[in-house]
Amino acid sequence: MRDKPDDPHQPIRDAIRDLCRNFPDEYFRKIDQERGYPEAFVEALTKAGWLAALIPEEFGGSGLGLGEACVIMEEINRCGGNSGACHGQMYNMGTLLRHGSDAQKRLYLPKIASGELRLQSMAVTEPTAGTDTTKIRTSAVRRGDRYVVNGQKVWISRVQHSDLMILLARTTPLAEVARKADGMSIFLVDLREAIGNGLAVRPIANMVNHETNELFFDNLEIPAENLIGEEGKGFRYILDGLNAERALIAAECIGDGRWFIDRAVTYAGERVVFDRPIGQNQGVQFPLAEAHVEIEAADLMRIEAARLFDAGQPCGAQANMAKYLAAKASWEAGNACLQTFGGFGFASEYDVERKFRETRLYQVAPISTNMVLAYVAEHVLGLPRSF
Amino acid sequence: MKILVPVKRVVDYNVKIRLKADGSGVDTANVKMSMNPFDEIAIEEALRLRESGAAKEVIAVSIGPQKAQETLRTALAMGADRAILVKTDIAVEPLTVAKILKHVAEQEKPDIIILGKQAIDDDAAQTGQMLAGLLGWPQGTFASKVVPADGALRITREIDGGLQTLTLKLPAVLTTDLRLNEPRYASLPNIMKAKSKPLAEIDPASLGIDLEPRLKVVKTSEPGARKAGVKVTSVAELVSKLHDAGVI
Repeated sequence: MRDKPDDPHQPIRDAIRDLCRNFPDEYFRKIDQERGYPEAFVEALTKAGWLAALIPEEFGGSGLGLGEACVIMEEINRCGGNSGACHGQMYNMGTLLRHGSDAQKRLYLPKIASGELRLQSMAVTEPTAGTDTTKIRTSAVRRGDRYVVNGQKVWISRVQHSDLMILLARTTPLAEVARKADGMSIFLVDLREAIGNGLAVRPIANMVNHETNELFFDNLEIPAENLIGEEGKGFRYILDGLNAERALIAAECIGDGRWFIDRAVTYAGERVVFDRPIGQNQGVQFPLAEAHVEIEAADLMRIEAARLFDAGQPCGAQANMAKYLAAKASWEAGNACLQTFGGFGFASEYDVERKFRETRLYQVAPISTNMVLAYVAEHVLGLPRSF
Repeated sequence: MKILVPVKRVVDYNVKIRLKADGSGVDTANVKMSMNPFDEIAIEEALRLRESGAAKEVIAVSIGPQKAQETLRTALAMGADRAILVKTDIAVEPLTVAKILKHVAEQEKPDIIILGKQAIDDDAAQTGQMLAGLLGWPQGTFASKVVPADGALRITREIDGGLQTLTLKLPAVLTTDLRLNEPRYASLPNIMKAKSKPLAEIDPASLGIDLEPRLKVVKTSEPGARKAGVKVTSVAELVSKLHDAGVI
C-alpha cells in the first residue's frame, strides 16, 4: 500500500487495517457466496467505535468530521471489504445530528454510539418516483399523537440489519403545496416495532451482495414525536445529507480503486509469461498507471468535498463531482485489474470478480452518473434544466 | 501496582524486507514500521492486568528516533496510560537498551516490567534477561500464561520439554511468548484519547550511558534462493530416490 507521508489520517488508516486483518479475503468471499451479512465484521467495527465516528463526544461518539468518516469507509474497501454493509450509519447521522431535536439526540445517539441500536437505513426511493423524489406517494397523515403511513418504497438497504430507519413521506399532497419540494417530512421509524405491524419487508435478490428491500406500508403508526425537524421540510433535510453520502461513496470507490491497483500490481509483478513478468509489458502497465492517476485525482476532489462539508460550506458541486470521478476511476481500475489477472480474475478465489461487481454499483447508486452530470450542467454551469 | 512495558519500532511484519545496496543492513526507508508484535502482546497483558484490578497504571517506553513516538501513540491508543520516549538516532544494542531501561525503572519504580521476548528485526531475545540481571529482579521469560497471586506472579512458560510454572516475587521482569494473548486493536475513542495522553521525552545523554554499539555488522545477505525439488509419481519411486540419496 502506498501511503502518503504525513497523512494526518494515518492512525485511522492503520487502525482500520489492523481490524480488517481479522477479516481476510476468505471472510468476505464466503459472505458474498452465501449472500450473507458480515455481522461479525460490522459488530467489530461498532465495538471499536468506528461507526459512531460522527456522533459528538457528549453522546458517546468521537465527534469526527466527514473527512475522517470518508477515510474509514475508504480503508474498509481498500482492505477488501465492502462498506455497503455499514455505511448507512455514516449517511444518516448528519440528518439526525443537524435536524433532530435535543430529546431525540439524547434518546438515540448514546445507544447508537454503544452499538445497542443501529441506524443504517433511509427510505426515500419509490417504484414510481425514482430520482424524481418530489413525486413520492408514500403519505403520513397526522391522527392525534400519531402519524399513519401508507405507501411503498424500493431499494431500501440494510433494513434487516438495522433497528432504526429514516423515512421520507408526504405530509401534504403534492397538489396542495406551493412548491413541489414542500410538504414532505422525515420520521425516525423504529423497525423493531414497525415490521409486522404495518410495515412489510421483501428482500430483493441482486447482482452484488447488498441487503436491499422493498417496503410496504399499510397503516403503519409512528408516534408524532418521531418527526424529525419541522413538518413539510423533510426534503431539504434529506438533500443536506446527500452531499455527505456522495463524498462517502467517493471514498469507498477510491478504496476499491486502490485495492484493484494493489492486487493488479502485485499480480503483474509475479505472473511470468514468456519468461518475464507480465507487468513489464506496457500493455499491462499503462491501464494500471492510468487508473492510478484517475484515482488520485478523484481523491483530491473527495478531500475538497469533505473539507467544505466539515467547514459548513456549500459542497454540492464538489461532492457530486467527487462521486462521479471516483466511481469512474474505481470502475476503470477494476476493469484494468480484471484484464491483468486474465482468466484468473474470473475465479472467485482471487476476489477480483467480487470487487468488480461491487464497485460497478456506484455508477448507478445512490445517484446515477447522468444525474450528476445533469446537476453540474444546471447548477454549476447554469444551463437550462433538462428534466 | 505499576507496569512498565518497553516497546520497539520495527519493520511491519507484513513487509517483505529488502537489503540496503551496500549490505550494511535492512532498508527501512519508505517502509511501513509498526510496534514489535511481541511488544503488542506485552501491552495487552499489562492492560489485562490493569483491567482485572491487579494493576493501576501502564507506562509504555520506547528507545529510538523521534518517529518511535508513533509506536508509543499506538501503545497509548491500545490503552496505556502514559508514555516515555528515550530519544536517540543510534541503533542501540540489547545491553544498552537494558541499561537505559534500568534507569527508567529506577525512576518509575514499576512492580512489573513486561517485554516482548524478542524483537522481530534483530531477533536478539536478550534485553529482558539482561534487564532482570542488572536490576537483580526475578525473571519469567517466554511466558504463555500470567496469573497475579498476592504480591507475586504465577507464570507458565513454554520450554522444550513442556510447560514450566514459576512463582515470581515482585518486582519482576516478564517476557512474552506468542501464545500469551491476542492483542486488541485500538478503538476509535482510544485513538482520539491517545492524542492527549502524556508522552515524556528523555535525553539519554542525561543518563550517562554510552550508547555507541559494541558490535559491528560485517555483512547482511539474503538467504540463498530455494532450488526446485524433485517430483515423484509414486511411493515406490520416492523410496528408491531416498535410497539413492543414502538417507534411508
